[in-house]
Amino acid sequence: MIAVIDYGVGNLYSLTASLKFIGADVKVTSDAEDLKKADKIILPGVGAFEDAIKKLRATGLVETLDQLVAEGKPMMGICLGMQLLFEKSYEYGEYDGLGYIKGCVVSMRERVSDDLKVPQIGWNALEIKKDDVLTKYIKDGDHVYFVHGYYADECEESIVAQTNYEVTVPAIVRNGNVCGTQFHPEKSGNVGLSILRAFNEA
Amino acid sequence: MITKRIVPCLDVRDGKVVKGVNFEGIRDVADPVEMAKFYNESGADELVFYDITATVEGRSLFADVLEKVASQIFIPLTVGGGISTLDDFDRVLKCGADKVSVNSGAIKDPDIIEKGAKKYGDQCVVLSMDIKRVDGKFHLFSHGGRQDTGIDALQWAVDGVERGAGELVVNSIDTDGVKGGFDLELLDEIAARVNVPIVASGGAGKMEDFAELFKHPGMDAGLAASIFHFREVDIMELKQYLRGEGINVRL
Repeated sequence: MIAVIDYGVGNLYSLTASLKFIGADVKVTSDAEDLKKADKIILPGVGAFEDAIKKLRATGLVETLDQLVAEGKPMMGICLGMQLLFEKSYEYGEYDGLGYIKGCVVSMRERVSDDLKVPQIGWNALEIKKDDVLTKYIKDGDHVYFVHGYYADECEESIVAQTNYEVTVPAIVRNGNVCGTQFHPEKSGNVGLSILRAFNEA
Repeated sequence: MITKRIVPCLDVRDGKVVKGVNFEGIRDVADPVEMAKFYNESGADELVFYDITATVEGRSLFADVLEKVASQIFIPLTVGGGISTLDDFDRVLKCGADKVSVNSGAIKDPDIIEKGAKKYGDQCVVLSMDIKRVDGKFHLFSHGGRQDTGIDALQWAVDGVERGAGELVVNSIDTDGVKGGFDLELLDEIAARVNVPIVASGGAGKMEDFAELFKHPGMDAGLAASIFHFREVDIMELKQYLRGEGINVRL
């Protein structure tokens, strides 16, 4: 069973629908026991970092997550859920993340030219940097759907795939059993479904 | 870099797609789910659904349609039609919409843009505008393009973005249905004033119209309905053609 953490951030309809579509057994939950029972965990998220990390901590699940991650349970963060996996974010301040992956989250606006539209919203191509279970059904140049104004930085060693938006945007990251996608696999058509399928099967 | 988007638009009334549709290989051409699947397979980057029903029954049929589409088609879905309150946002987002398009609702109460953006994020709020030239000026029209509001459409676009609209759909009444190309004069005026994605609508008649559109800076997406529904333009062929013209598209 894949546990999708419900901590009041964002709309889980498409994510759960896409997981069901690929045949995964899904449970949306905010119960620590469900996370312990789950084979894999997905941390979704849309919105601002501060609000999301506060809400996640307020669920009281972080201690359980820390323990399960340390034990090696596979976990995937999506979009803001991926950003939460890093050590720190500089979105409207400075906030600590979960610290499962080395690196921080920084503003795109400050690093791209003024006329480039931020947030990045749309389909962009993946450049695959390393072999990974998540990329087993996809290929270099496949497009996925991004919606984000901040991105991960100082995480070179964990980049599985990246995309270009004037800056190099880490698109798929991994540190051991913890991985994340900056884009929305549940909105990325067949390519996105293939990534979810690979995560489910791994 | 990010690709240019091709967006078919489906008007739905009482759970069925309206506007004539002329497809081969689709069981029920009026079934929005079948249409959505077809467009997904042919390379559409996003789908827009407009609910053009006014009745309670129609609304509930629309919600059913949306849920069905969102449980089988995993590309971005924008929903519009009759959105005037946060409850309306909630109603369609719960059924699987990713973005919510406001038009007349925002003219009646511009605060809805800000409220929607605060609650769901700028990226979720699309401001859709029907615009027509009146005495040499661009006027904003309401009620499906039938009523002149007298509002300066260019200023309306700027104000909408300031209030938090994350994307603009610019529909030119002057070019709509003419199939002579997008209203590039209007689109350029808007692109010069805002820095959010612009979805051009109204006037596409052939593949070259999209190539011309995307050669203008600031244009992110081209939206059309009947030329896709009637297969006058096939989305896959269109994207291959655009790539040949040096335009970055998802294939």
